[in-house]
Amino acid sequence: MKLKGQVHKYGANVDTDVIIPARYLNVSDPLELAKHCMEDIDAQFVKKMKPGDIIVADTNFGCGSSREHAPLSIKSAGVSCVIAKTFARIFFRNAINIGLPLLECVECVEKTKNGDTLEVDLAAGKILNLSTGLVFTAKPYPDFMSELIKAGGLINYTKKRLA
Amino acid sequence: MMTLAEKILAAHSGKKKVIAGEFINCKVDLVMANDVTAPIAINEFRKLGVKVFNPKKIVFVPDHFTPNKDINSAEQVKMIREFARETGVGFFEMGRVGIEHVLLPDKGIVLPGDVVIGADSHTCTYGAIGAFSTGMGSTDIGSAMATGDIWMKVPHTIKFVFRGKLNKWVSGKDLILYTIGQIGVDGALYASMEFAGEAIENLSMSGRFTIANMAIEAGAKAGLFKVDKKTLEYLAPRAKRKFKVYEPDADAEYSQIFEWDASKIEPMVAFPHLPSNTKPISKVGEVRIDQSVIGSCTNGRLEDLQIAAKIFKGKKVHPEVRCIILPGTQEIYLEAMKLGLVETFVKAGAVFSTPTCGPCLGGHMGILAKGERAISTTNRNFVGRMGSPKSEVYLANPAIAAASAIAGRIISPEDL
Repeated sequence: MKLKGQVHKYGANVDTDVIIPARYLNVSDPLELAKHCMEDIDAQFVKKMKPGDIIVADTNFGCGSSREHAPLSIKSAGVSCVIAKTFARIFFRNAINIGLPLLECVECVEKTKNGDTLEVDLAAGKILNLSTGLVFTAKPYPDFMSELIKAGGLINYTKKRLA
Repeated sequence: MMTLAEKILAAHSGKKKVIAGEFINCKVDLVMANDVTAPIAINEFRKLGVKVFNPKKIVFVPDHFTPNKDINSAEQVKMIREFARETGVGFFEMGRVGIEHVLLPDKGIVLPGDVVIGADSHTCTYGAIGAFSTGMGSTDIGSAMATGDIWMKVPHTIKFVFRGKLNKWVSGKDLILYTIGQIGVDGALYASMEFAGEAIENLSMSGRFTIANMAIEAGAKAGLFKVDKKTLEYLAPRAKRKFKVYEPDADAEYSQIFEWDASKIEPMVAFPHLPSNTKPISKVGEVRIDQSVIGSCTNGRLEDLQIAAKIFKGKKVHPEVRCIILPGTQEIYLEAMKLGLVETFVKAGAVFSTPTCGPCLGGHMGILAKGERAISTTNRNFVGRMGSPKSEVYLANPAIAAASAIAGRIISPEDL
């Protein structure tokens, strides 16, 4: 599957409180959560982003709370994938479990600017920057994680196990 | 050979040995969620179309917005309550509920050697009593509610050794803030932190819970302590089932070892907007505050309240400061009343609340307006954590938070 979108770039340690502030955690409807995605780091994010757009960030993206509302809000806002140097571990699990694609790639983060257009081949882990022509390869997933992704997330994987 | 984390994970995955980085399927002794995370977990669980694996090993603790702050949060708890009644899983009703990470060990529900997963990032708190406990998301919890197991990547272990004796007013909070200040908010990413040394051995259980609680603020999966005499004394009136004590091997492999002299550590303050942005109290300078919060899963235990009360005794909260004190459980609330702590707080001009996570995550019970600044014994000072994205949170121990409430600025009790 190929994803294509414009880059919204952020720094290190983007925490789950700024991705989806706790004042919105009294609901769990993904579409409600999507309205406030990234609100406390970039109040205009939801207005300016287009479906398919890509979040690019430095290290430790998604640190803090275990709230699955964070990747849910990003996914349901229409973001196609998140590329970062590293991810916080609970956010990483949550995103894989709900089917929000994540890619780890230090070089891509360093050489990609806000507003660039990226094309991502998820299966191959290839990222093409259409604005600069540069090509990057993301860190491959361990086998087990690939299996989870292929199954379509944890609930589908568990369904198969229980069948 | 194996670290404490590896020992517990090996025993729960039917293996003689596990190696850092290995993917395992791990049996769990307790699955937990709160009022924010349980609704999604229940919805995901229902998609599986099976019964819960064991209702006695699943518990819901609605503590974040309790007592329900609005219609939406009331609807969330109603849905959890109805699910609990239908399936027989554990549920703590208001009036009995406490802050999950204070409540569950205090009730003897979590014991040493257990593997606990919770849909709350501070689930790592139970490492203080030698349990492998870690935070996950709602979908992980929903799946484990059905199967009683979960996939894990075995974390590598970083050892932290604190030599020497603690200075006056220095607590577990200061050791963990110091640690995070040294290694950063991702300094222990994916790792298990293991704490040892003379200062740790001499530390109260309260202090150990505080340290384990904030392991996540260094990116860790767990923060573990060896079980010792103090742990067993804590457990004696609480444990109602047998438990197994695991010890790290003498030749366990650590990815890194840090050794620090605890006698050189001062009370620490984490400045906005990261827990790693720490300064010793002597270097804080003039920082005026509007609010002081004492409590939470980090510092809402009886000992924390006792330290605060000692400082508030006969003193008044600064006229321009609001002070909010939140006990971790109803039992701690009761003890605080019996010991006269509540009277001290109220006479000082502080608010004494029933247990709730409340202001820690900007939920309710003391939200900050634009431009306001709080000192807090909680665990996070991210942008907007306690309210307005234009407000600020400074993290510290209960003694500093109490002294600062009186002085109106961040100060050590020594300088009051």
